[in-house]
Amino acid sequence: MTNPVAVPQTTAERPRSWYKRNEIALTPWLFLIPGVLFFLVYVIFPIFQSISISFTEWDGLGQAEPVGLENYRELFDDDAFYTSLRNNIIWLFLYLLAIPAGLFIALFLNQTVFGIRLYKSLFFFPFVISQVVVGLVFSWFYDPTFGLFNEIIGWFGLGPVNVLGDERYVTYGIIAAGIWPQTAYCMILYLTGLNAVDPEQVEAARLDGAKGWRMLWYVIIPQLKPATFIAFVVTIIGALRSFDLISIMTNGGPFGESRVLSFYMFEVALSEYGFRMGYGAAIAVILFLIMMIFITYFLWSMYREERGR
Amino acid sequence: MKPKKKKNTKTLKGRYSMRSILKATVASLGLLSLATTGALADAHGEKLTGTLKISSDMSNPAPRAVMEGMVERFGEMHPDLDIELTVTDREAWKTQIRNVLSANPPDVANWYAANRMRPYVDAGLFMDISDVWEDESMEALASTKGAMTLDGKQWGVPYTYYQWGVYYRKDIYEELGLEEPKTFEEMKANCQKILDAGKKCYTIGTKFLWTAGGWFDYLNMRTNGYQFHADLMAGKHDWDSPEVRQTFANWRELLDMGAFIDNHTSYSWQESLPFLVSGDAAAILKGNFAVAPLREAGLDDDKLDFYQFPAIDEDIELAEDAPTDTFHIPAGAENPEAAKAFLRFVVSADNQTLINNGDNLGQLPVNANSSVDDDKFLKEGFEMLSSNSPGGVAQFFDRDAPAEMAKVGMEGLQEFMVKPDNLDKILARLDKAAKRIYDK
Repeated sequence: MTNPVAVPQTTAERPRSWYKRNEIALTPWLFLIPGVLFFLVYVIFPIFQSISISFTEWDGLGQAEPVGLENYRELFDDDAFYTSLRNNIIWLFLYLLAIPAGLFIALFLNQTVFGIRLYKSLFFFPFVISQVVVGLVFSWFYDPTFGLFNEIIGWFGLGPVNVLGDERYVTYGIIAAGIWPQTAYCMILYLTGLNAVDPEQVEAARLDGAKGWRMLWYVIIPQLKPATFIAFVVTIIGALRSFDLISIMTNGGPFGESRVLSFYMFEVALSEYGFRMGYGAAIAVILFLIMMIFITYFLWSMYREERGR
Repeated sequence: MKPKKKKNTKTLKGRYSMRSILKATVASLGLLSLATTGALADAHGEKLTGTLKISSDMSNPAPRAVMEGMVERFGEMHPDLDIELTVTDREAWKTQIRNVLSANPPDVANWYAANRMRPYVDAGLFMDISDVWEDESMEALASTKGAMTLDGKQWGVPYTYYQWGVYYRKDIYEELGLEEPKTFEEMKANCQKILDAGKKCYTIGTKFLWTAGGWFDYLNMRTNGYQFHADLMAGKHDWDSPEVRQTFANWRELLDMGAFIDNHTSYSWQESLPFLVSGDAAAILKGNFAVAPLREAGLDDDKLDFYQFPAIDEDIELAEDAPTDTFHIPAGAENPEAAKAFLRFVVSADNQTLINNGDNLGQLPVNANSSVDDDKFLKEGFEMLSSNSPGGVAQFFDRDAPAEMAKVGMEGLQEFMVKPDNLDKILARLDKAAKRIYDK
């Protein structure tokens, strides 16, 4: 009797659940959670962890001892660090040659003749094979006693040059090996970019009498801008990550002259003779800061692009 | 060598459990009398049960067969024991051991003697097995006890070692009318004649640095004696000292002659062997492990011979490099009893004779009661180490010095071999590194 008469409710009037009310805003985040979680655990968190390890002295086994900025002080007084830094800069600049090289191969291959797919595949091949194989092939190519390279320069009365054993040439020799697959990568980016070039614009330019270099520079390349941007990003990142070729071809030698920062970090912290996690982390932090310059630039230009739309 | 990602894992567990099941069946059928099994167990004193996990780096074909053979024989002695053997690539093991010991320790693991043990001993990852060394039977291993001792305790047992020395082309020496040199002067005179004949005196591949460490070890031990060398490796002397400079001066004489092959920075030691095989170089300073590939490449005992590195200063006692490979028990071992039994089995005289013979490792047994195989190089090496090395026996540059110092040091040695004029810079760099590394 005390029971109140149940108020008849229609479903439409019942207040909707919190989730239902916010569904549109929440769903993207729900989908993002796994990605964000992994990104935090495997990318963001390790960055801060490396930074904190870089302020300690730690052999990876015992207790880490805080040493403040000691690792950085030592780093800036370390010849091997400057050698690695110098090589990193050489890598950065010379590796960019892969972009124009890739562009020209792409232009060359962007035609329809019999078997063009095969030619494209062959040019793309070096990017598909492992860097380890590239490194091995090139170290045989450069071999001072039996290698093809010395044979070839011998025809011009030069050499013999021990490319990988001479501290003056070793970095350039490795970069040349690295550019080979990187050119293929840039080529494929430009080939797809060339598919998107507006034929009407080309036609219009042709009617206006543009051809050759002027056509390329003023009509084609501006339309390839997105491809160029991606090629630039992957090449810069590739140059800074260079590790496998050095490890295969010279192991950092002769006497450490072909090291780059990533390889030096591996050597001091993780290799057969290295046990200095703190020092390695300090090198990693420096490398991170260098990468940060480029990453910031990339993000900023992408952001600007998005807003411009 | 570059750490390879290759990892060979092989578990023999199934096989051994099968064997124990078989044995049980056989016993229950009454075909085998209990007395026999009893006698077997008695013979080995204890009955081992559970699982014995072994992590080995003996991945090259011959050592791998030796390791598997030992597991098989030990398994037969202890039928109730399950043995799990994991073989890791030898070069990869050098970087993996840290993770394996701290994360997932086996009961037995391979490593190296002397200072190479230091990081794991200091981190408490190796078990102190001084009690094993107190056995009477271990007196036969007295010669290697020092190499297994750190802080007054023993941390493992050796299973093999090998001599270093000069392996040379006997036929080339005979052709040029040369004798095995006894002094540095003779060595240089020989070298000059070899050079005049259009060949190089020594082949070497310094791409992975350590081969240059062998040359430094010998030149320094001959110039300044074993004790000075040991102290230098232990950080008790400066690198920029008149003694060390004298060693480098001696080395420089050879470099200035052009004694070594060109472009050695591009080659690994394996890649340096073809020069010896083709006769473009007349000798190599190397450990006995070089003999097998050289024989395989066609140099029989008429063409290949061995001599001890000659004296430089006659007043200084000869000392040798003889690196020792070892077994250890990680501190986290779950079955230390079985592990200790396995270590005792490894160093026993019979097993030592067997695994070090020419068909197996082709190296020297560590047990004094073992017999050395009837092989020209092994006999000469054993003779040299037991009677003609009064100064002492060193492990090797990268095992005597702490790992970090070895790395910086060997890099300096390689640079010196290419650019001897940089000596001042190199020595200053080594001293700077030494100050940091040893002061810890």
